Amino acid sequence: MNLSYVHGLIGGMLIGLAAVLLYWFNGRIMGVSGITSKLLSKLDRDYGWRSAFILGLVSGGIIYQMRYPVVVIINASGWGLAAAGLLVGFGTVMGSGCTSGHGVCGIARLSKRSVTATLVFMSAGILTVYIKKLLGA
Amino acid sequence: MYIMMAFISGLIMSMGLIISGMVNPQKVIGFLDLFGHFDPTLAFVMLGALSITAIGYRLIGSSKPMLCDSFDLPKKNKVDRPLVMGAAIFGVGWGLAGFCPGPAIVGMGIGKIKAIIFVTAMLTGMFLARKIVRW
Repeated sequence: MNLSYVHGLIGGMLIGLAAVLLYWFNGRIMGVSGITSKLLSKLDRDYGWRSAFILGLVSGGIIYQMRYPVVVIINASGWGLAAAGLLVGFGTVMGSGCTSGHGVCGIARLSKRSVTATLVFMSAGILTVYIKKLLGA
Repeated sequence: MYIMMAFISGLIMSMGLIISGMVNPQKVIGFLDLFGHFDPTLAFVMLGALSITAIGYRLIGSSKPMLCDSFDLPKKNKVDRPLVMGAAIFGVGWGLAGFCPGPAIVGMGIGKIKAIIFVTAMLTGMFLARKIVRW
């Protein structure tokens, strides 16, 4: 088996562990878009743990790249990233979740909403990549 | 303790995203490129993540979390229009850049300027969505 599939499986299990810990100890669903976007709202005053989780994400990146090389290849242009970021931000708030919240935690809970959302965003992503290639972008 | 645990969860999540290669947009685009140079790694990531989460959630059950009084679960249970439209809009953005929220935030830590551009735009999009309508 291709080594990157093994890494995928191991990394995936760590993602699962992170989700299980946040649920077991804090009673929370590990949805990155929700944890982030609710920091922008005045309705929810849970700033502490939300910021701590985000800080954990950023720190992980900082610590890891100090010791090992990390491959991150971003082909999109600056404007492409700005457009993509706007869509991802808007869409995840409107659709109540992203890859982690719906794709991992929601499907694990067998939530009908999350299964639907995951099928929809995966299809939309596949279609977008297909059209992008068709247009030669 | 509650806040510390959230930090640890974020740290482990970040390691998972890096080790799995999902922090690399090129690999994510490879998975979405179903009709081209398809790279199935993301399916293995989902398999690993889902098996641990599904088993973990079941073992934990519904009694009480370790550090607080109750589980905070989504209240909505019907598939509605905002869910489907929002997921579709998210999917288009995901396909354009290969970034979803988690990997983009980790990418900032790795020091990628482009990840910072993406996250800044993403926060703007989130702010607008929260400003315009309350779903």
